[in-house]
Amino acid sequence: MQVPAHFGYDRATSIDHALRLLARHGDQARVIAGGHSLIPMMKLRLAEPEALIDINGIDELRGITVSGDELLIGALTRHADLLSSAVVGEHFPVLHDAERVIADPVVRNFGTVGGSLCQADPSEDLSAAFVALGATGVIRGAAGSRTVPLREFHLGPYETAVAPDELLVEVRVPIRPGGSSAYTKVERRAGDWAVAAAGAAVWLGPDGAITDAGIGLAAVGAEHFTAPEAEEFLRGRAGDDAALVEAGKIAAQHCDPQADQRGPADYKRHLAGELTTRALRRAVARASGQEA
Amino acid sequence: MPNIRVTVDGVRYDDQVEARNLLVHYLREQLGKVGTPIGCDTSNCGACTVLLDGLSAKSCSVLAVQADGHDITTIEGLAADGRWHPLQRAFHEHHALQCGYCTPGMILAAIDLLRENPDPSDEEIREGLEGNLCRCTGYANIVAAVRAAAAEIRAAAAAPAPRASADPVPSAAAAAPSVEATP
Ligand SMILES: Cc1cc2nc3c(=O)[nH]c(=O)nc-3n(C[C@H](O)[C@H](O)[C@H](O)COP(=O)(O)OP(=O)(O)OC[C@H]3O[C@@H](n4cnc5c(N)ncnc54)[C@H](O)[C@@H]3O)c2cc1C
Ligand code: FES
Ligand code: FES
Repeated sequence: MQVPAHFGYDRATSIDHALRLLARHGDQARVIAGGHSLIPMMKLRLAEPEALIDINGIDELRGITVSGDELLIGALTRHADLLSSAVVGEHFPVLHDAERVIADPVVRNFGTVGGSLCQADPSEDLSAAFVALGATGVIRGAAGSRTVPLREFHLGPYETAVAPDELLVEVRVPIRPGGSSAYTKVERRAGDWAVAAAGAAVWLGPDGAITDAGIGLAAVGAEHFTAPEAEEFLRGRAGDDAALVEAGKIAAQHCDPQADQRGPADYKRHLAGELTTRALRRAVARASGQEA
Repeated sequence: MPNIRVTVDGVRYDDQVEARNLLVHYLREQLGKVGTPIGCDTSNCGACTVLLDGLSAKSCSVLAVQADGHDITTIEGLAADGRWHPLQRAFHEHHALQCGYCTPGMILAAIDLLRENPDPSDEEIREGLEGNLCRCTGYANIVAAVRAAAAEIRAAAAAPAPRASADPVPSAAAAAPSVEATP
């Protein structure tokens, strides 16, 4: 039986309360959301915070709403809630594609959107999906709120723009007409982390040409989970298959996969290209009404 | 030590727990509910699955303090009036277990699955139980058992109830004393 080392435990009742508790404990405290990454790490002594601040009781961190031309997702939204949200599926199929292959239904009942992004595991799927969509994170600290594009959110493995005394409170996804999106992932077994995964979003002009594209890559060492060279290549091009294949090749060239127990680097690089192309194909088919 | 008030298998408990104690340890060691086993201890295998306010949860990865104010159902709370839950019966009848280590978690995860989808296809059952690993059965009989139980539960819901079913208060749970840990 594995048990974390001793720690103090505080239950925050509001965002401001959580920030006060964080300020009091300094960088020895950690926020606990779903706990499904943090608790296993604490059992293994990979994390030994002196205090845990439980944010599960903060209702203002929960919920999915449309406000103007943005979808707002509270940091404490569970994976299961994102997956069952009709408004999410309507605007951003990439999020539903990704959620279907994140962990398993039991973990999805607990794990949260904010916990996933703040854990910043290099194989984390939602980060890749959100960067493809051009989403923004809202971070709150004692001094107030600031917004950080998710493309600048990840500073490295397990490192984000959220300071120890701050909270990620919300993710904002711009709702733009004329586009759609998709996510593809290869995993060794059901419920596992990605060997490689790609998310794609495309926006088409009246003539069917690609006016804008977003690509996110997980588990292949892509900087900030992004593939800017492949996106740039696609802008203004007809969305024919040759272009989508070429974009995949460009994405594969620019990522930096590492060999590990999930596979050798060249296999992951191959997957990065192939999965980028497949995600793009599906996003284009959806945007042009050929596929649901 | 923090105080928690929880309902487990229909019985209220008011207990002190160490903050670092996991829910599964509280259930097994403080309440004696050893029907919930520990497998991997790292949120992968699903052996420790219980229902928390009706939703399946891996109790090796939830702190006992986080269960404060919540309602927990373990495998020990499923039988009512001396009768097994339809899923328990179906697992028995369809030979859906060999060593049985995964069975409590499998059944509780299946309850959550059927709550969301009362008539799942084989594929949907496999996806719904993705978080619960079985080293023995090869899953085929588990899928068959869940399908059979789903049909039975649907039929029972459609048929007029012979009498209002009583709240399931299993005798074992009612008799289990809450062990007061010293602070
Ligand atoms: C068996 C298993 C399989 C998994 N498979 C996948 C997978 O295939 N793909 C995938 O993407 N993920 C996967 N995950 C991870 C899963 O998505 C977790 O839910 C997620 O990593 C962490 O979310 P959480 O809410 O549990 O975070 P916690 O464990 O509570 O927190 C994680 C970290 O984020 C910090 N944090 C949490 N919320 C905030 C906040 N609002 N502001 C600031 N900091 C915060 C915590 O302090 C901690 O450092 C898997 C997890 C498990 C257990
Ligand atoms: S013991 Fe909890 S998931 Fe394996
Ligand atoms: S019956 Fe042995 S693990 Fe499933």
